[in-house]
Amino acid sequence: MTQQPRRPSAPDAGAPTTEAAATTAAAKTTTAATTAAAKTTTAARATAAATPTPAATPTAAATATRVAPLTHLLGIDELDAAQLVHILDTAEQLLPIATRERNTVPTLRGKVVCNLFLEDSTRTRISFDLAAKRLSAEVLNFSAKGSSVSKGESFKDTALTLDAMGVDCVVVRSGSSGAPRQLARYLDVPIMNAGDGWHQHPTQALLDVFTMRRHLGDLAGRRVVIVGDLLHSRVARSEVQALNLVGAKVSVVAPPTLLPPEVERWGVEVVPSLDDALPDADVVYLLRVQRERMHRAFFPSTREYQRLWGMDGRRLRQLQDHAIVMHPGPMNRGVEITGEVADSDRSVITEQVTNGIAVRMACLYLLLAAPAVDEEAGR
Amino acid sequence: MLRRLAHELIEANQGAEGLVLVGIQTRGLPLAHRLARLIGEIEGAEVPCGALDVTLYRDDLGRRAPKSLHATDVPVDVTGRTVVLVDDVLYTGRTIRAALDALNELGRPDRIRLVVLVDRGHRELPIRADHVGKNLPTAYGDRIRVLVEETDGQDAVVSEEVPA
Repeated sequence: MTQQPRRPSAPDAGAPTTEAAATTAAAKTTTAATTAAAKTTTAARATAAATPTPAATPTAAATATRVAPLTHLLGIDELDAAQLVHILDTAEQLLPIATRERNTVPTLRGKVVCNLFLEDSTRTRISFDLAAKRLSAEVLNFSAKGSSVSKGESFKDTALTLDAMGVDCVVVRSGSSGAPRQLARYLDVPIMNAGDGWHQHPTQALLDVFTMRRHLGDLAGRRVVIVGDLLHSRVARSEVQALNLVGAKVSVVAPPTLLPPEVERWGVEVVPSLDDALPDADVVYLLRVQRERMHRAFFPSTREYQRLWGMDGRRLRQLQDHAIVMHPGPMNRGVEITGEVADSDRSVITEQVTNGIAVRMACLYLLLAAPAVDEEAGR
Repeated sequence: MLRRLAHELIEANQGAEGLVLVGIQTRGLPLAHRLARLIGEIEGAEVPCGALDVTLYRDDLGRRAPKSLHATDVPVDVTGRTVVLVDDVLYTGRTIRAALDALNELGRPDRIRLVVLVDRGHRELPIRADHVGKNLPTAYGDRIRVLVEETDGQDAVVSEEVPA
């Protein structure tokens, strides 16, 4: 999105005169009687409204007025398209902060963000950690291992304890679908879902769509091919919903055993073979083979998976020149993706990680820089 | 008026040497671009011009809905230069305080000057402008809006009285 203002086409000599005249008129207005002032004001506003407005930043200008404020980030299914785009636009402006010599801003100074990680995660936790720190928030890391949870404390009691300690936001990762929503019922502070069971992983989907948008521009009508374990994947659920919101076309390719029942109702097209899906693809999104969630055999062997559903150099060369390859990480090299593909210039996998911090900063900013809900209602 | 401000800036700086203009998002930006171009024409030199979004440095976060962010993009290193902050309306001074903080993160300028199109009074902080287009006495609650051709389709200053 371009932020550069349009250069005025008229010779600049005229501008100061107009400004001066308008200023004088306005100055008179303020000293004149109230009724006259009201009239002048109305007239001036009418003129302004009637003039076609070539906004330099149409998205930002439009979103400033119409976007509904966020209260939590539980799932992509609770966002509308305007909110999603607003998060991405905000992330776009926060991205350069990371590369500055001083890479923090004081925005959330004094706020406490609690990372409640009841399921193992390294990259997501570190990413949230960094995002909060770049905004100058305090971060509390709370993981199941070595905490009161391992002593048998219930989820509800953990939540109430955090509340009593006065945290301003809880980022929760849990193996149980719906845990973040449960937490939102117990606490009055914004809750961010960092992945719950098979259900949702909204910040992953947001950072993926953000990365796609940076490479491809407007995503409406673009073809995204999602490959792999859709059955167990919270990433895929969030991803498809986010892509539908921005108007992208989604195809899915997977072993039949790893397709959720009624997957067609997600608004996707099921393509039987990966080779058929590749020539049209703008994005190939490879899902991780999640061995920890597979308690029985969903496909005969790793070798067979790689041959039928894995992305390798031969398949890479079937792609259009602008197409990109993505993966939410951590990768199983040699299973869903070969080293050649992962390290090729089509792969934007490390960029996804970088963008993830900016997107999480955007979510924290929009959730925590807002007035508390009851405060706002009081005005 | 901008031409006069451009001349004032050149005089204060004794030329265009070392100047970088930084417009505060959003209405200060087109004004900064125009000033940079005017100074460039008068002095026959290219004057760098950038944008600064101060939202993340404001002191009223949490008191109102979070504002949309805009680009911060200053094309040159500000360290050792004279930075001219440009904004449309000077009011409480809180935006400028935030801008000074934001600028500080980008480097250490030799000096910072402030140019505003309209000074409407009612300062809440010890901040003043070095160059003012027009002093415009107002009541505290009034709304003063500067419209610029680039984003609003016309150049104007609109004063709205808010009935008590």
